[in-house]
Amino acid sequence: MSNYSYLYWIPLLPLATFLVLGMFGRKYLSPISGMLGTLSLAGSTLISLFAANQYFFVDGKMNGVYQKITAFRFTWLTFSPNVSIDMSVIVDPISVMMLVVVTFVSLMVHVFSLGYMKGEKRFATYYAFLSLFTFSMLGLVLAGNIFQIYIFWELVGVSSFLLIGFYFEKPSAVAASKKAFIVTRFADLGFLIGILILAFYGKTLDIGVLVERLTSVQSPEYLGIAGAGFLGISVLSWGLSLVFIGGAGKSAMFPLHIWLPDAMEGPTPVSALIHAATMVVAGVYLVARLFPIFSMDVSVMHLITYVGVFSALFAAIIACTQTDIKRVLAYSTMSQIGYMMFALGISHQTGESGLGYMASMFHLFTHAFFKSLLFLGAGAVIHLVHSNDMKDMGGLRKWMPITHMAFLVGCLAISGIPPFAGFFSKEEILTAAFHNSPFVYGIALFTAGLTAFYMFRLYFSIFWKKEASHAYTHGEGTLTMKIPLVILTILAAGAGLLPFSRWVTADGISMETHTDLLFSAIPVSFTALAILLAMYWYKNENDKPARFASMAGGWYRAAHRKFYVDEIYLFVTGKILFPLVGRPIAWFDKNIVDGCMNLLATLTARFSSLIKRWQSGSVQNYALYFFGGIAALAVLFIYLWK
Amino acid sequence: MQGIPLTHILFVSTALFLIGMYGLFTRRNLITMLMSIELMLNSVNINFVAFNKYLYPDKLDGIFFSIFIITIAAAEAAVAIAIIINLYRTHTSIDVEDATEMKY
Repeated sequence: MSNYSYLYWIPLLPLATFLVLGMFGRKYLSPISGMLGTLSLAGSTLISLFAANQYFFVDGKMNGVYQKITAFRFTWLTFSPNVSIDMSVIVDPISVMMLVVVTFVSLMVHVFSLGYMKGEKRFATYYAFLSLFTFSMLGLVLAGNIFQIYIFWELVGVSSFLLIGFYFEKPSAVAASKKAFIVTRFADLGFLIGILILAFYGKTLDIGVLVERLTSVQSPEYLGIAGAGFLGISVLSWGLSLVFIGGAGKSAMFPLHIWLPDAMEGPTPVSALIHAATMVVAGVYLVARLFPIFSMDVSVMHLITYVGVFSALFAAIIACTQTDIKRVLAYSTMSQIGYMMFALGISHQTGESGLGYMASMFHLFTHAFFKSLLFLGAGAVIHLVHSNDMKDMGGLRKWMPITHMAFLVGCLAISGIPPFAGFFSKEEILTAAFHNSPFVYGIALFTAGLTAFYMFRLYFSIFWKKEASHAYTHGEGTLTMKIPLVILTILAAGAGLLPFSRWVTADGISMETHTDLLFSAIPVSFTALAILLAMYWYKNENDKPARFASMAGGWYRAAHRKFYVDEIYLFVTGKILFPLVGRPIAWFDKNIVDGCMNLLATLTARFSSLIKRWQSGSVQNYALYFFGGIAALAVLFIYLWK
Repeated sequence: MQGIPLTHILFVSTALFLIGMYGLFTRRNLITMLMSIELMLNSVNINFVAFNKYLYPDKLDGIFFSIFIITIAAAEAAVAIAIIINLYRTHTSIDVEDATEMKY
């Protein structure tokens, strides 16, 4: 077993960058802060690639199984001999895969931001926040202790909050950052309770030990947690559902998705990094990390499946009606994460039936590349047009040929057209769904068609439709914006050809997948039809979409208003929670709690004003009190104290 | 020496203490008040020496205590006179009734 302890440098480099830029960035390092952040992250990326090479190709495998290695560990807090919070570095297929994804996409975003954020007043702060985020995400990925995951989970939440609210002069950005923070915090409450339940019955916080104990049916811990019940549901289901709620909040699953579209108020490269490629898949990663335990409980797996598949469909329908290009991409992210979730939900632990797990991780991997490509492309478009609304765009293909190519490849990849990356991963997901549940397969297939439709609606609206409305003063952007687009285009086109199933599977044993032409024919032709429809409607300006929208009537309006989920939340909080719970609590706090304190203070003040005359300033009075006191004590002790 | 009983000496020291206390309360001049305090300290010294002599003639503890008290009284006199000098500089007076600003 070789030594992987050098891996802790991967998160530590961005942490060091964050500290340096956070403390000295604005005053001293502002011009070079971008280069500094990018270079240190390039170091992390190189170490990650080196580690991935070592793990997957040199010595990760023993007897044909990829091992789970604890490369580094130190105990941070000990509660009892068995329960402690450790900071550790875990090396297994999914953590190494995520390391590569996170560092690589983050590096691309760092490079892109060099051009995109140029001239920004808080340039150094921006890079400090990016480094903080990268550090937290890497810490989350490498965590071997469930509480360590929770700590970094909150840290990514806070860096997401800081970056969404980066333009804090805009009230909408402030509102969006607060919304994101509060919604995910609310979900994290469930996560925390879930952790505590699992740790209470499993008697450990270490993930490896926890998985071992809760997956062997004879162990006392498993019998304890599966035997105990609350409200007719076993405590194991409660714990796992609560952990899943945390994951669903972070991964924007219905009904906790409301923060993700608003999070698009942040700078676009941030959306590419945090709200497309890395942080939002943390929920999927969490479920995958605890997958052996999840797979012990069929009902929770069904919950994951149906939440995932419903979110996928729901978000895809909304995405068809939005006009803000970043919001379309946000709903598409939610939809794709829905795919990953239900693929985990229908998977099993071992062998061929673990296809869903592999497919989910594969989709996570390819999605990171093509979605960050799409976001960075959208960023380049916004950089040129200075607007998020697709009504202000059109005919841009002549103005930005590289972005146009990149966006086209990204759209083809997400739609699942062979041989682009999304085809392979989505194909595996659909195969897994087909073998497990025809119902889920049907919805997934329909969603795949919708995905192709709204992505090409976006593509044609930006780059075709009408001639460019006016001559733009500057071109596509700087070289640093083009290079990441080109690199990610190559990956979005080619990442699907990697033999991913040989490396990342549920049980660590390599698996061979094969593309079945007959099976692929249905989804591919379906998506191709959807693309043709989008082309027919949106390639040239016409009134067909508007006619269809008025024909669909209320359905269209409901989808355009995001099915009123925000309004329902506002109603529940504004009309029910605030008047019925918040106001009485506030009244109690203001009158009873504060009242007791005020009473105490008033009484003390009155009493002290009564006796303050005694302090007269005359020394001889004080001497008199002193001798009087001594005399009184002498009388007390000699005559009265018996 | 042996003819004088202990009570005589205690009367002397009590008288000295009460004289000092009277001076401390009636005088307004700070230096006189300081002298009164010295009187009270000395009455305590007499007590220590007398009890040591009459009750534990083979020990020296009481005498050591009185030497301590003399030392501390010297230090206390130095500090007190420094305070009085500073008070005179600010108030041009060493009357205790002129210095009553430090109150509530």
